[in-house]
Amino acid sequence: MRKFKEFILNTGMRLAALITCGLLAFIIGNILLRGVRYITPQLLTTQTSYLNDTIGILPNILNTIYIIIVTMIIVLPIGIGAAVYLTEYASNRYIVSIISFATETLTGIPSILFGLVGMLFFTQLMGLKQGILAGGLTLVMMVLPTIVANTRESLLTVPNSYREGALALGSGKWHMIRTVVLPNALDGILTGCILSIGRITGESAALLFTAGFGLRLLSFFNALQSSSATLTVALYIYANEHGNFNVSYAIAVVLMLITLLLNLSAARITRKIKDRRNG
Amino acid sequence: METIIETKKLNLWYGDHQALYSVDVEIQDKEITALIGPSGCGKSTFLKTLNRMNDLVESCRIEGSVFFKGKNVYGDKVNLTELRTRIGMVFQKPNPFPMSIYDNIAYGPRLHGVKGRKKLDEIVERSLRQAAIWGETKDCLKKSALGMSGGQQQRICIARALAVEPEVLLMDEPTSALDPISTGKIEELALELKENYSIIIVTHNMQQASRISDKTAFFLLGKLVEFGDTEQIFNSPNDKRTDDYISGRFG
Repeated sequence: MRKFKEFILNTGMRLAALITCGLLAFIIGNILLRGVRYITPQLLTTQTSYLNDTIGILPNILNTIYIIIVTMIIVLPIGIGAAVYLTEYASNRYIVSIISFATETLTGIPSILFGLVGMLFFTQLMGLKQGILAGGLTLVMMVLPTIVANTRESLLTVPNSYREGALALGSGKWHMIRTVVLPNALDGILTGCILSIGRITGESAALLFTAGFGLRLLSFFNALQSSSATLTVALYIYANEHGNFNVSYAIAVVLMLITLLLNLSAARITRKIKDRRNG
Repeated sequence: METIIETKKLNLWYGDHQALYSVDVEIQDKEITALIGPSGCGKSTFLKTLNRMNDLVESCRIEGSVFFKGKNVYGDKVNLTELRTRIGMVFQKPNPFPMSIYDNIAYGPRLHGVKGRKKLDEIVERSLRQAAIWGETKDCLKKSALGMSGGQQQRICIARALAVEPEVLLMDEPTSALDPISTGKIEELALELKENYSIIIVTHNMQQASRISDKTAFFLLGKLVEFGDTEQIFNSPNDKRTDDYISGRFG
């Protein structure tokens, strides 16, 4: 009887693992199978033209990069600053726990709500036009918790003996943080960045009302204040409005490659930093 | 002999718990002073009041005064950077920064604005020589300090403290995490260093105290029970509690 139970459990767990892996393989395989053949140089390097009846996603690739740049430039100083304050300076434990609870809760809010708030606040209240700036600001709210949480966790793993060592040599608090604490928290901060970039790349709901649906090729500064669709939004547009699933699958392949690249580089950077530190 | 550090009616609390009771002590220049006593007797706490490392403990409250060369360390206009430069510290667990040996030693001098490769090279070599670890490190200054053994790391930490040319060196059980050979090296080093520095060392090791120190202070439950020449403390202590502790009847 006992053996039988064990057998059932064992098979059950194997089955669960198999389903997990199978599902992943199915999704990736399906997308690759349907999308790869529609990736052409023309698709990647031009913009959609109704006159020539061609479709190109270069503007969307650029918009995705633009929005990553805008979001990260704004979110990094705020997020890292907040994390440093919470771990190194704040002395009121009660307030710290409230703020951590708030940031944790923020991560669980559906992104469409961020989109709604972003639209109401940035475009209607502050008068920004739909575009990369309004979209980027919305994403800042969304990824801020990730940056704060990762940075904080990473700061907490820096041994106190380093801090003591620096202070005992006469270092001031900020100098200590800059020279000893932050460099040793770098891997966590970078992991947070890459996770955030992944989230930005994959986000669509929060951008529908804020960054917009524009498909024109624009320079960085023009895109800030004009409707610009990122890759994920473009995927939605081509599938939903144009009924062109081939292009959507091609975009999906591009998105998957970007995600893969980000994850690989995250793993690599973390390993490199660890190696260097342990000499 | 000159007095370099003097405490007067030094009381210290962690929250409601009083950890030091009215400690009066005079520490002489260019001597090794050992602080001994059972765990939790306040000797490490006392050591950390001297360079104000206890400031880091939130609930810590201090009354009384600590004079370093006649100036109250807890006075109004004390510059902590200057104080901690003049009173260096070595910790129980070797704590080199996770950077190269060179950068570890240069950390303090750079903090004080020493620039220029040549000047820094000089300081690094001098400090490592003083800490008797130049021979083992001169060919791998660019390597991470974390790659060295525990004993080597501790001597690197001593070199790091010496690089800013302190006058006093506080050592908080510097050999408790080390093997006997590394311990011997650090003890020998301490004896050499006392030519130029005043050393205050917390130790659990009675033999160590009697081997290297000139003066010994015996702490018990936050009170300074006895303070005097090491020879006298170990051979003919005045207080019965000192006698009991030294002869191993408790602690």
